[in-house]
Amino acid sequence: MFTIETGSGFWNPIIWAISIAIAFLLIYVIRSIGKKEYKKDTEQVKSFLSGNPEYEKEKMHVKASNLYWGFTTSLKGLYNLLRKMHTGNTSDYVLWFVIILAIFFLIEVI
Amino acid sequence: MIYNIPYIAVAALILLGLYALIFKRNLIKMVIGITLIESGVNLFLITLGYRKDSIAPIYTSSPGGTMAFPVPQALTLTSIVIGVAVLALMLSLVVHIYRHYATLDVSKIRRLKE
Amino acid sequence: MNIPDYTIAMVVAIPLLGAFLTPLVSKINDKIRNIFVILVLALNAGLVFLLASEILTKGIKTYIFGAKDLTFPIVRILFEVDAMSIFMAIISSILVLIAVIYSWAFMKENTGLDKYYTLILLLTAGMLGMVLTGDMFNFFVFLEISSIASCALIAFWTDVGESVEAGFKYIVISSMGALFVLFAVALLYGQYNALNIALLSNLIQYTFLDKIALVLLIIALAMKAGIVPMHMWLPDSYGSAPSSVTVILVSATLASLYGVLRVIFTLYGNALSTLIRFDISVNVLIGWFIVALAVISIIIGVTMALIQSDFNRLIAYGAVAEIGYMFLGIGAGIVALGTAYGKIALNGGIFHIMNDALDVALLFLVAGSIYYATRETSLDKLCGLARNMKYTTVFFIIGLLAIAGMPPLNGFASKILIYESTFQINPILAIVAILCSILLLAVFVKVFFSAFMGPKISKYSDVKEVPKSMLISMGIIASIIVFIGLFPDIIISNIVEPASNALIGYSEYVSQVVGGL
Repeated sequence: MFTIETGSGFWNPIIWAISIAIAFLLIYVIRSIGKKEYKKDTEQVKSFLSGNPEYEKEKMHVKASNLYWGFTTSLKGLYNLLRKMHTGNTSDYVLWFVIILAIFFLIEVI
Repeated sequence: MIYNIPYIAVAALILLGLYALIFKRNLIKMVIGITLIESGVNLFLITLGYRKDSIAPIYTSSPGGTMAFPVPQALTLTSIVIGVAVLALMLSLVVHIYRHYATLDVSKIRRLKE
Repeated sequence: MNIPDYTIAMVVAIPLLGAFLTPLVSKINDKIRNIFVILVLALNAGLVFLLASEILTKGIKTYIFGAKDLTFPIVRILFEVDAMSIFMAIISSILVLIAVIYSWAFMKENTGLDKYYTLILLLTAGMLGMVLTGDMFNFFVFLEISSIASCALIAFWTDVGESVEAGFKYIVISSMGALFVLFAVALLYGQYNALNIALLSNLIQYTFLDKIALVLLIIALAMKAGIVPMHMWLPDSYGSAPSSVTVILVSATLASLYGVLRVIFTLYGNALSTLIRFDISVNVLIGWFIVALAVISIIIGVTMALIQSDFNRLIAYGAVAEIGYMFLGIGAGIVALGTAYGKIALNGGIFHIMNDALDVALLFLVAGSIYYATRETSLDKLCGLARNMKYTTVFFIIGLLAIAGMPPLNGFASKILIYESTFQINPILAIVAILCSILLLAVFVKVFFSAFMGPKISKYSDVKEVPKSMLISMGIIASIIVFIGLFPDIIISNIVEPASNALIGYSEYVSQVVGGL
């Protein structure tokens, strides 16, 4: 009732849940063996910003379009091609349909 | 050869409809293009039911002889009614678009750009 | 208990009757109209589940319109329901019920709601007719009914320019696809003088005109399902429609995917093993083409989703990527027809239809809740909503983990079937699928960070949690998702296995109609 058999293996969510629980237990045990030098509500827990002046929190929130700037800029060739492909023009939508129809026609029929 | 003319007309209508849909920029011309494709497919459906030297498939006071198939004619009637409904919907949407965008050029109605 | 045959026709007739009665009922009171629509849809869902329990144990049922038995020549319209049809009908009826419960509170301030509910009931009748029918021209008629009704629902907010533009693009693309389907049906009718799917499957020989009809049917129905590069109408229409309408649109798109399956496996079932040039059989050629389009769909869907800044369009591009996963599983099943791993690929693809419909529906409902609370859909302007909308955040986390394929939710259960079986066909397919699954997680983590996490902004400091009916509908879908994730084998062995068996063993479908003559 719980396992699915793929052709070359199996997947059982209950075994996964038990193993994740055992892993978390192990992590908690290892962590509690370590040193306790954590003082709440002192300077030790504030985040450290160096260099730039610190604004208030509302202005420092990263906007959604800028979050993956590194990824988007390094793949700039692909994204320029994609932005040029998606024009928003209704005639282009029909043109793509006719092109794929022609390609599949040439492969399959002739 | 003369019996192939309806099929050539069907191919011409569909190709003209696709040309109007892809290369013309006025919205009304695109709607006319879709209507041309629909007329082509309806003509194709009716042409399939013709037999040589046949008459209309009506039994009341018929002069006798072979009759054309009536089933494609029923299918074509359904398709014509569906085409009328789609045409009415498209034209009312064109009226709404003109109120919002003040133009009928399809390359300028692109606020939903990707 | 033996269920009478006319239950199949009642499943399509009850929403149609409800659609005609709704404007009359809405003259009495608004609340009575809402309760009437929910009762009609609940009755319909009950009939579908009753029918499912009978079909999954006993076999195919047919219903003949206008006669008691079939006599030769077959001119009647039939509804023929096998396990694959009832699988799609279960998904459709659950999603429509959830959408109507959601739109009790979501659409409350809009006017013209009697037309809205009438159109939803018409769309339900069209979708259920599309999946239950056994006749090709009837399929075309229901396809047109559902596309006209959904176009009017997409353009429902006519005061916003983008909705009307999206509705126009949808109806142009949709009617073009349907007209090419009609052209292919006319080609098949002209050759064999038959419109019934089972009869055509018996008579088909793979001539030149049959090849043209196959090409037209597959590409037109795949365009309506949203395969790249013909997918561009999908973000426009999913992104500008009201969110409860988008949930029903997802189910209508999947009904076109069912059309592709029915055409390839049942209509051309006899012709799939003929050999053409270079000794390649037909199913290998069609299968590799579908797999190629599916891989391009996954990559382009995920990479375009990464740069969007509008919430609804982002989820719509995620839906394009998920349609790619479904086609990947189905295409791998067509390529490896007859082997063991091909059957598992087909199982994975069909199971993913149900999982993805639920996940994408939950995400669209969350997007609708945020629009209802803040009147804002752009991710650049939202910030810090998790403080006030706690339940919505929990549902969004469940939807995020499910669509990215994280264990133990239901996305992983179907994706592991697809990964392991496509690996044996070509390792590159499985590698692309896993990488793009991780990218999909990145896309939705971006949404979670920018919309829900973050500091408290004064503009959104007094948003309230959404009303109870919206929370109930999101809760139902989330609990189904968690249930399927924890007990995957119940769903696979009882609902998905009979469906893929019915597709591969098409001779039973054919012999139900032709065998007795």
